[in-house]
Amino acid sequence: MADKALMKGNEAIAEAAIMAGCRFYFGYPITPQTEIAAYMAKRMPKIGGTFLQAESEVAAINMVYGVASTGMRVMTSSSSPGISLKAEGLSYLAGADLPSLVVNVQRGGPGLGGIQPSQSDYFQATRGGGHGDYHMIVLAPASVQEMADMTVKGFDLADKYRMTAMVLADGTMGQMMEPVSLDIKPSDPIEKPWAVTGTQKARKHNIINSLSLVPEELEQLNIARYERYKLIEENEVMYEEYMMDDAEYCIVAFGIAARVSKNAIVEARKQGIKVGLIRPITLWPFPKKPLLAAADKVKAFMSVELSMGQLIEDVQIATQFKKPVHLCNRVGGMIVTPEQVLAKIKEISENGGAK
Amino acid sequence: MVVFKKPEALADVPLHYCPGCTHGIVHRLVAEVIDELGIEGKTIGVAPVGCSVMAYNYFNCDMVEASHGRAPAVATGLKRANPEGHVVFTYQGDGDLASIGMAETVHSAARNENITIIFINNAIYGMTGGQMAPTSLPGQVTQTSPYGRDVKACGYPVKICEMLSELEGPEYLERVAVNNVANVRKAKKAIKKAFENQLNNKGFSLVEVISTCPTNWGMTPQKALEWVDEKMIPYYPLGVYKDRSAESEEK
Repeated sequence: MADKALMKGNEAIAEAAIMAGCRFYFGYPITPQTEIAAYMAKRMPKIGGTFLQAESEVAAINMVYGVASTGMRVMTSSSSPGISLKAEGLSYLAGADLPSLVVNVQRGGPGLGGIQPSQSDYFQATRGGGHGDYHMIVLAPASVQEMADMTVKGFDLADKYRMTAMVLADGTMGQMMEPVSLDIKPSDPIEKPWAVTGTQKARKHNIINSLSLVPEELEQLNIARYERYKLIEENEVMYEEYMMDDAEYCIVAFGIAARVSKNAIVEARKQGIKVGLIRPITLWPFPKKPLLAAADKVKAFMSVELSMGQLIEDVQIATQFKKPVHLCNRVGGMIVTPEQVLAKIKEISENGGAK
Repeated sequence: MVVFKKPEALADVPLHYCPGCTHGIVHRLVAEVIDELGIEGKTIGVAPVGCSVMAYNYFNCDMVEASHGRAPAVATGLKRANPEGHVVFTYQGDGDLASIGMAETVHSAARNENITIIFINNAIYGMTGGQMAPTSLPGQVTQTSPYGRDVKACGYPVKICEMLSELEGPEYLERVAVNNVANVRKAKKAIKKAFENQLNNKGFSLVEVISTCPTNWGMTPQKALEWVDEKMIPYYPLGVYKDRSAESEEK
């Protein structure tokens, strides 16, 4: 067994990124993710990497765009208001088909909001974030170990599909400490013949660009990009099933909400209520198939989330409205408790799942 | 004997610029400098949003198209990815560099980022059809200042070279023009120096080129060139605003 270290979630992301071969980090201070920048500021100069505190989130994401254009692994991290500022850049990265890793350690919003944990950037992340038709791969860790693992996975998927991967965490995941194994070997580099590295006058010039003024061509670019997305939806969905074998009720939750839900599930089962959990690990692509399959077996679903009802919409779509989908939530930096989830499970089961 | 030919770094494609616009001259000067320094194979250019957005098609070196105003941030990434292997330049207009991208301009200068910036100042937004720019002159009539730029309502033009020269960071700032042969020669010298500075790891070099926009100024090309002398240069005096290496040699 590999050695384990006790680390904060934010630090695990930073160290995992370095181990995955990332040597470029650009960021701007914002709570509750600043430990990532602080960690990078310490480590990068020691290993020949680049840490740069940008003048703004906008500049940081465009520095990412610059390094990504050269084919090198690069990342930035922020929290909710900062991600909104990066949204323009996310759209350009998508339009230029550039790989990058972006971390969002979410806090409550809208506006300046608060600094406590939240999952209310779900729509923003899973729908792309900026303007235009595009997606990001969105990974939702539920432990410090997964903060590290999803960072590595994110870099690999970003390179493989030439797009942005976002690690969508929250303030709890960023701040809490857990033992983590960092037994990470960087994957083999992928050829990037499209990268701008200087022609050496040995090839035609490469152009990194998202402008396309001919509508017929721009339409085809969008269609081709969505063909690629289709492959991702077929091949890269990740989720965890917990006590679903005999479940009559299915909780859907990710991140910290999923961990709280597991405690409630154990307690509910002691009280004779057969409830299980489907935890999406990739929020995009969303685990539609297992949810649709569960819809034929369970009486009802319950979305447990730290937002006003965002995840619930994807559950309704994925299950094609076959069964009622209930909502159990807290917002604004408040976190659902096992007691709250348990009470809601009981209430739903007493009504046989009906809404 | 060939006495005049297209620079190798300039692609053999038609440019989309309006007749009489001086973008073509500046493109050529940049390409000539790239040829003379023998750096085409390691150069990466960054095109802005604005009239020169499609500059990525006009240079034979690798090119990146940046979002509006962000070229210096993108260039920072490109340069830091391979400081010895990449020569990085941006080519930006006044709306891009002095309005929406002001923060990126100032901070890349403050960091003395080792990049070269070619700044086209023609006192107007060309691509979108002639709106007021941060560098439009007081009283200048544009689509969005139809009664002339009223300094009480919209403030005064931004003088980039003067402003950046107050910073400790930048290595070299010079304002040139391309409205006559003598000025074109001086402009080329400045552009060459701005690239040489990067090759010598001296840092941030910006050349502001006073340019024309006959179409949106509503002038003939000839009149536009005269207007540069009559109106633009008096407001934007030509010359070297900062040359740290030369200054330290003097001391």
